[in-house]
Amino acid sequence: MFKYFEPNRIFSITSKAPKYVLFLFVIVFSIGLTESLILSPEDYKQSHSVRIMYVHVPAAWISLGIFSVITFLSIIGYIFKIRNFFLISKSLAPSGLVFNIIALVTGSIWGKPTWGTWWAWDARITSMLILVLFYIMYLIAWRIYENDTKVFKITSIITILGIVNVPIIKYSVDWWNTLHQPASINILSKSSIHVSMLYPLLIMTAAFALFSLLIFLMKYNTELIKIKNKGLDRL
Amino acid sequence: MINEIFLMNGYGIYVWSAFAFTIFNFVLLYFIIQIQYIKEKNKFVSKFGTLNSKRAAFAKSQSINKEILSNTSSI
Repeated sequence: MFKYFEPNRIFSITSKAPKYVLFLFVIVFSIGLTESLILSPEDYKQSHSVRIMYVHVPAAWISLGIFSVITFLSIIGYIFKIRNFFLISKSLAPSGLVFNIIALVTGSIWGKPTWGTWWAWDARITSMLILVLFYIMYLIAWRIYENDTKVFKITSIITILGIVNVPIIKYSVDWWNTLHQPASINILSKSSIHVSMLYPLLIMTAAFALFSLLIFLMKYNTELIKIKNKGLDRL
Repeated sequence: MINEIFLMNGYGIYVWSAFAFTIFNFVLLYFIIQIQYIKEKNKFVSKFGTLNSKRAAFAKSQSINKEILSNTSSI
């Protein structure tokens, strides 16, 4: 099954896909911006500041999702010695880091009018900050170590340690008394968010997912060409 | 109407700066990754140009190399 993930097979697809993904992203993002900035209603308590949710929440979801995927691929890649899984993980990391930073900064901007402070060391904010550090460690490890075996091992260890933080981020609002409100959207039970706010949120999440796919494809192609450059040196 | 969109009952500065920060990061990341891509691709093309005909023919026999060379437009 893993032969379908061979770079030679998928490069023909990944090299052509970015322009279509970019086109789709621009359309979905434009709709998302119109919905979230103009069409969606203001909150009865938070007024217009609630609109920050439409960038803050999808960014946090995507950064958590990307880190979980990176961990899964690193573990599977390490067990079955699939080099391409590490390449995919490495290509996902930049957008994961940027989404994590966006979640922290927009959260801070949201905090000022809502809580009266730019920053608080509450459980969720602190655990999100720790996730940024894991992303940075992961990317630095790829820059520092040139030996493949060593970098695969070290990045796998970083992701395994970092993934412990993911459920802490998710459940921190339930486990501890924090400034953050409990989750408004539940997959298994009824969500407390109104549908007029849920739609823009889902559209923006789709746009952010498309953007991370675009960055992933571009980065993955770059990494493949880098490998091929090394191959030409050996000829 | 326009005033309401920009000022948002005094919350406009927070809302617009959050969206502006997000879009700025998107644009920045996109161009950084694109520059890296173009740099690697140009390196590949110039390295390929220095190969002798035998090695070039061997390298071109690999489909992925052919794909990189044929796809000369940027992302």
